[in-house]
Amino acid sequence: MPREHLVEVVDLSVRFVNRDIDVQVVDGVSFHLNAGEVLCLLGESGSGKTVTMRALLRLLPPYARIGGQIQLAGHDIVAMSERQLETVRGPVAAMIFQEPMTALDPVFTIGTQIAETIVAHEHVSWRDARKRAFDLLEMVQIPSAARRLDAFPHELSGGLRQRAMIALALSCRPALLLADEPTTALDATVQIQILLLLRSLQQELGMATIFVTHDIGVACEVADRIAVMYAGRFVETGPVAALIECPAHPYTAGLLRSTVQAGSHGGRLESISGYPPDLAHMPPGCGFAPRCQYRQADCIAANPELNSVAADRMVRCPRPLLAVSTSA
Amino acid sequence: MRDRGGPAQPLLSVTGLRKYFPLRGPLGNVNAHVQAVDGIGFNVMKGETLGVVGESGCGKSTTARLLMHLIEPDAGEIVMDGDPIGQGGITVRELRRNVQMVFQDSYASLNPRHSATTEIAFGLKVHGMKAAQARQQAHAALRLVGLDPDLFGDRYPHEMSGGQRQRVNVARGIALNPRLLILDESVSALDKSVQAQVLNLLADLKDRLNLTYMFISHDLNVVHHVADRVLVMYLGKVFEIGPADSIYAKAAHPYTKALLASRLSMNPAHRVSAAPLTGDPPNPVRPPSGCRFRSRCTLAETICAVEEPALNDIAVAHQVACHAVTPGSGHSLARGIANAA
Amino acid sequence: MSAVAEKAVFGTAPATKGRSTGGFWRRVARHVLRDKAALFCAAILAAIAMSAIFAPWVAPADPYKTSMIRRLLPPFSPHFILGTDELGRDMLSRLIYGGRVSLTMGLAPVILATVLGGSLGVIAGYFGKHINMAIMRIIDVFYAFPSVLLAVAMAGVLGAGIVNSLISLTLVFIPPIARVAESVTTQVRDQDYVEAARATGASAARIIVQHVLANVTGPILTYASSLVSIAIIISSGLSFLGLGAAPPIADWGLMLNTLRQAIYVAPVNAVLPGVMIFAASVSFNLLSDSLRTAMDVRA
Repeated sequence: MPREHLVEVVDLSVRFVNRDIDVQVVDGVSFHLNAGEVLCLLGESGSGKTVTMRALLRLLPPYARIGGQIQLAGHDIVAMSERQLETVRGPVAAMIFQEPMTALDPVFTIGTQIAETIVAHEHVSWRDARKRAFDLLEMVQIPSAARRLDAFPHELSGGLRQRAMIALALSCRPALLLADEPTTALDATVQIQILLLLRSLQQELGMATIFVTHDIGVACEVADRIAVMYAGRFVETGPVAALIECPAHPYTAGLLRSTVQAGSHGGRLESISGYPPDLAHMPPGCGFAPRCQYRQADCIAANPELNSVAADRMVRCPRPLLAVSTSA
Repeated sequence: MRDRGGPAQPLLSVTGLRKYFPLRGPLGNVNAHVQAVDGIGFNVMKGETLGVVGESGCGKSTTARLLMHLIEPDAGEIVMDGDPIGQGGITVRELRRNVQMVFQDSYASLNPRHSATTEIAFGLKVHGMKAAQARQQAHAALRLVGLDPDLFGDRYPHEMSGGQRQRVNVARGIALNPRLLILDESVSALDKSVQAQVLNLLADLKDRLNLTYMFISHDLNVVHHVADRVLVMYLGKVFEIGPADSIYAKAAHPYTKALLASRLSMNPAHRVSAAPLTGDPPNPVRPPSGCRFRSRCTLAETICAVEEPALNDIAVAHQVACHAVTPGSGHSLARGIANAA
Repeated sequence: MSAVAEKAVFGTAPATKGRSTGGFWRRVARHVLRDKAALFCAAILAAIAMSAIFAPWVAPADPYKTSMIRRLLPPFSPHFILGTDELGRDMLSRLIYGGRVSLTMGLAPVILATVLGGSLGVIAGYFGKHINMAIMRIIDVFYAFPSVLLAVAMAGVLGAGIVNSLISLTLVFIPPIARVAESVTTQVRDQDYVEAARATGASAARIIVQHVLANVTGPILTYASSLVSIAIIISSGLSFLGLGAAPPIADWGLMLNTLRQAIYVAPVNAVLPGVMIFAASVSFNLLSDSLRTAMDVRA
């Protein structure tokens, strides 16, 4: 008996249509997420991972057409009006972005921005909201929190700004946190701090989290489950350890092999041949087939279905590598 | 430019390089300086790949631009294969014929109004080549980087993927047949699968065209993969320099160790449990006195605030600027260390 | 979200098949040609321009021939489809001939000012520091004057007449164009591809001509095209004040002035030149808007 999932997405599709383009960016994505779980959407440019996540809160440009079903804590996102969505954005789900300088308003102090959000959603007094803002800044480990409440975004360093943005996202106690490559723009020593912070906050507050990243290392550090995306579709999903150790889809395997790992010195790197997909001109069959070394006639003819290959693992491939290796 | 001094003579020798950027107050008066690069020195040997790592504000990009004389240094000397730049030695124009740069794949690394061929041919025409021949040479460069000139020659940057744009960037860099190619975060913005392709391409080109590379990156794994020697910078200073294997296996400077430990684990079973460094890289406008790392260093002592450490040999060709590992510095940890060979 | 930011977040699929889709201007043209409003305005302007150029063949009557009997005839009178003015001259012919003066006065100052002001701005923007300060501060002095006042003052100094108003209008437009040029050039100068061009050892002149100009002409032209409508209006105003074209030359602004007294007697006639000024300037405005959006679109 399936219990009520916090996030339930069924056959989500997003198409960008305007005078200049007509492109299927997300093509039939389905997944569910329970409270406290961390799902990582892993993919490269053009995979549709960012659009998928933004579709959950309908933070898409006006020329995006959404199809399918999205249920967030019982709210039907696709059917809601813009006004109703405002009650969802913040208290139910909040998002943190890659570039904190553009996500934070430069003319207001951090304290004001956080308190304003709290007042808008929880209708408490300004004093209580400021007190809560202070608590939040301490929770995200910003030193001298009291002083920083009155700081403007440009007065903070990159790492502190990112922490402030996390505090802003957590201000309304969301059940779901959406993170759009939050550490890509940070230095290595700061990135690890922020990832550890997110991990501890997620565990402490019991939030479900969806992380979008192109970096396998980030996925390894934070995720419970990974969904690998290519050309707008899921090509593989599974628990992080199993997927990393034994990838089933040729794309995942290629991605892992071509990532430069610690200790690699000299020599040629394995790479995936070909170019990233052109979403405007997708081949009829499997999206990855043009670049896949294992492709055969049935791959080009029809898009494979997402099938279960092992406990809790799904792959979109007629001959998944997992099956090959276990049968060998 | 022909090889002059043989393999033992460094291709590029830098001493005392300094660049401060003035910050102006509201009335135009200079009230502070960003100490972007503060008296650094190093060599680039012929045929090697020198990796340069450091975080934002460390000065690695400024150093690259100083080497190319895109920015005028405040002090310091750059010597190319035995000849100094300027003062009767090599002119800046000749320098630029021999040292080229490949930029990060930002949208603005290629002129949006120029096709790939036009962009590459520009540099050739600057140095006197006729238009038709420049076009030929540009096509040859495109072929060398794996792009078919018939398909890509007339394309504009927005019609190419990130990897393709970066190949055009590389083609532009090698078109003038330089001896040294400075790669400033050239693969950082690329997808990992494309990054691997471009790194392979760079390795091929280095062998085929007898190039020397200076590879600047914040990604330590990539630097380990490509570099023969590595230079670690922090706030305008060089903290450590040495053979890649030596640095990655036996890093001596606490900052280098922290950088290496900040790498993500790639193994979900063994996640990083604690951040090696707290806080952010400090402001290059008012760096800490003495050793610039002391405000974040767990080994900091009084001597670190008083005296700035100099680069010292601790192993063969491996130098570190840290009191804690330099015998005779006055640091408590240094007392037990015997003098290095 | 701006177009650039959207692209950064959502990306657009790059063309990996086939060849190029053409240079920048070809794409801009394609975009403008699909804009129905812009095409309509272009048609209006083409009609005005064509009739102005071929005036001797298109105009039904002599615009200077007066007739005291046929003064202020209403539109749709026999032989005079738009009526006559206060001296009995055919309105339609005078409006057509007036188009010559007005279009010239609209385009010529803007073209001259774009060349002069654009060059000053690009030089100031590229070299920065002292050169920038010298050029821009002098320009700021002219910028401080309200445009109409400056034009009137210049006309006062130089005297009335079409050529003088042309000169004064050019001087009025140089500062804003120079400002736009300087600001765009400053942005372009800091881009990596300009650094790469410097890194090849190219001279400043070469870099400006081959790299910078191509990228700044777009915004400068867009801004300049929006000034044409203003030029038409100000020049009409100058003529209205008697500082531009002198009678009996047909000029829309001058016609507005001379028909002023007839406004209660023949309101339609009195308003017609104003309608022409309106049509011409709004058409230029909408066209320049379309140009601006066309340049914003990438691929």
